[in-house]
Amino acid sequence: MSTPTATPSQRVDYLNASYGVKSWLLTTDHKRIAILYLIGITFFFAIGGLAAALIRLELLTPAGDVFQAEMYNRIFTTHGVMMVFFFMIPGIPGVLGNFLIPLMIGAKDVAFPRLNLLSWYLFAIGGLTALWAVVHGGVDTGWTFYTPYSTVYANGWVVVTAVGIFISGFSSILTGLNFLVTLHTMRAPGMTWMRLPLFCWGMYATGIIQILGTPVIAITLLLVAAERIFHLGVFDPAQGGDPVLFQHLFWFYSHPAVYIMILPAMAVISELVTAFSRKPIFGYKFIAASSVAIAVLSFLVWGHHMFVSGQSVYAGLVFSILSFMVAIPSAIKVFNWTATLYKGSVSYQTPLLYALGFIGLFTFGGLTGLMLATLGLDVHVHDTYFIVAHFHYIMVGGTIMAYLGGLHYWWPKISGKLYPEYWSRVSAWVIFIGFNLTFFPQFIVGYLGMPRRYHAYPEEFQVLNVMSTAGASILGIGYVIPLIYFVYSMRYGKDAADNPWGATGLEWQTPSPPPTENFPDTPVVTGRPYDYLTGREEEAVG
Amino acid sequence: MPQLFPPEASSFAGHVDALYIFLILVTAFFSLLIGTLVVVFAIKFHRKSPDEVATEVHESGLLEIVWTVIPFGLVLVMFAWGASVYFRLSRPPANALDIYVTAKQWMWKLQHTDGHREMNELHVPVGVPVRLTMASEDVIHSFYVPAFRFKRDVVPGRFSTAWFEATKPGKYHLFCAEFCGTRHSNMIGWVYVMKPADYQAWLAGGVPGETLAAAGAKRFIEHQCNTCHGDQPGARGPSLNGLFGKQVQLANGRTVLADESYIRESIVNPQAVLTAGYQPIMPTFQGLISEEGLLQLVAYIKSLASAPPAGAAASAAPAPTPERKTIRP
Repeated sequence: MSTPTATPSQRVDYLNASYGVKSWLLTTDHKRIAILYLIGITFFFAIGGLAAALIRLELLTPAGDVFQAEMYNRIFTTHGVMMVFFFMIPGIPGVLGNFLIPLMIGAKDVAFPRLNLLSWYLFAIGGLTALWAVVHGGVDTGWTFYTPYSTVYANGWVVVTAVGIFISGFSSILTGLNFLVTLHTMRAPGMTWMRLPLFCWGMYATGIIQILGTPVIAITLLLVAAERIFHLGVFDPAQGGDPVLFQHLFWFYSHPAVYIMILPAMAVISELVTAFSRKPIFGYKFIAASSVAIAVLSFLVWGHHMFVSGQSVYAGLVFSILSFMVAIPSAIKVFNWTATLYKGSVSYQTPLLYALGFIGLFTFGGLTGLMLATLGLDVHVHDTYFIVAHFHYIMVGGTIMAYLGGLHYWWPKISGKLYPEYWSRVSAWVIFIGFNLTFFPQFIVGYLGMPRRYHAYPEEFQVLNVMSTAGASILGIGYVIPLIYFVYSMRYGKDAADNPWGATGLEWQTPSPPPTENFPDTPVVTGRPYDYLTGREEEAVG
Repeated sequence: MPQLFPPEASSFAGHVDALYIFLILVTAFFSLLIGTLVVVFAIKFHRKSPDEVATEVHESGLLEIVWTVIPFGLVLVMFAWGASVYFRLSRPPANALDIYVTAKQWMWKLQHTDGHREMNELHVPVGVPVRLTMASEDVIHSFYVPAFRFKRDVVPGRFSTAWFEATKPGKYHLFCAEFCGTRHSNMIGWVYVMKPADYQAWLAGGVPGETLAAAGAKRFIEHQCNTCHGDQPGARGPSLNGLFGKQVQLANGRTVLADESYIRESIVNPQAVLTAGYQPIMPTFQGLISEEGLLQLVAYIKSLASAPPAGAAASAAPAPTPERKTIRP
């Protein structure tokens, strides 16, 4: 697109400011910490993805013939634990949030740089602990750890896994705290709340959930561990405990956690849509407010996981209507993104392909979520592949699409290099097609009644499972391609300009890759965000 | 082309499928709407030259209101419709046939009141409501018959009740839907829905053991329940004759319906539901009686419902209908 402004090799940036493993492992630079997260979550994603491949391999045939049942159960637990706790939850905040928030608000770093590094260590230690537990010891409870199975009956290293998740929970809390404080106290002169990029609004809403929700899962998993070791009896009906109490505690965090995964994705999409339409975002205030509304409502819907567990009918009614209410701010976002394209100057760069894919898949996934909020229908599809399909549309079709879109969009800034345009478009299409082929059939097989977490299944479900496995193979290839070309581009890619997309936003006002201190002089913000029409760039006056 | 719907074989199935089709239409409409708009806008407003600038579009408060209010109205319809189907599922009719289910790793045991016992198979007549009283010996299981669009978790430490009415004779999958351990996917079976005549023949054909109530009566003696809950005047515990289905005045001032869950609670945690006017002297039988034993005792006490209440009977107020289900907090 554009030509580089300077020869990057002559310039000191955050990547070449210092060398050696120690300079990375002891860094307090938010950008380097983002790279550490990138390495960490890619590693855990690879493990989780490998487990997914093994699951699909087993489900190719109705009989449980590839693995023993015990092994299969351990594999899907590994998939869930790795993907949810060590890829999805830390993913976009850890990588893009860390890298971008200070750049977007014109700050030199986050508010607590050393705490930020501690967050990464907690994440890495927690993740490796859990990985060691699920691989070496084996855990077969699923990522949901339902009692009394997890506390009394399950073999394997439930306690160690819980400890791993517990440790990384602190990473999540500290990251959320860091972002909230940074956004409150470190904004450049003129960067008012209504001038804040929507990415930052999304991360702000995410931070609220991380801080308020994560302690609950930490306590809950601690109780599970204590119950296994000391036989407390909190969840054990044989001692007068209540197994459903665990579900309430677990979902009180784990449903909001879904929004820890999707709000950052929505935050990325808001940036991509406006940048590649070269147009101010439609309904800025509505998108910003809807993020906060989702964060608040997310804490009031957990009971929709218990419509068939014996929860009272009236509790069911309340949780059903509140769950429907979350759909409204989500719908507002989708409509506003779509309206942003209208009369825009739309460029089909790879990040936009991902963004458009996200809008389609998230819309579909969200609407199927309404089916699950519908009481009478949820009774049938609860705990079937219908649920599996629904949340993979949100998590994979939504969050991973947005994450990849964001990674492509900011890659020139992160690495100082351009990724290969052709291959990135190919992989975006491969992922889109592979994803739909994998998960769409699961809606059908779920409605037909195939329960989730089945090692073997009746023969009539095979055709749809074969389609799903075929799709997963394509999806796997789609994920390997970017891994290859991103690594390739770091060494052989073309040098990126400071602002290759012609985008607004302070992060594009600084060199690619940015110097360690981000901005030579503190920028002053004088205008609204996404001001593509009156001037290409926000003024950066020193 | 694989089929899209499981067989419709219960009185719920049609309602659930109608709801599903409505939601599919809403999903399809909005997915196509958004998908089409995104594609059309992307093509129509494609950047023709590198320096092309977008056209200014003013934000519209009206538009924001419209696309907030329309989804809001739609979800209210979904909510109300879904809730009405859910209510139907939660209210078993009065004339239901009782089946007692014990779930354990990894099998279903299904007992008929006349003493027929089945493993991983359930025979029921078509057109008759069937009420399930379910207990788990170990972890949470979930009783799921896709053809009935019906599922209910079986949670240990309590009775889970649910009902269905089969409408089409045939053989249908029974699945455990809640992950319950290593052989979870083997905890499956079949529900046979039979025409009334075939069902009668099946009932006559098998050799039933003793009835559930009779088995319960034996346990009643075995655990020496009769020493206090006999009908003798001045007994230490309340008489159980005519108890089931009545309102009971508790020592803590509450009034509760004497249903299956109340009986169960009275056995495993008697102090929590002590009847007014009696001393808290009954020991707990928690862990001493299996879930199956509890179901038998309940069946026995239920069978005493029509027996004449003796002396200081527990019943204080007349019950509205015996079948009313109490809702667990």
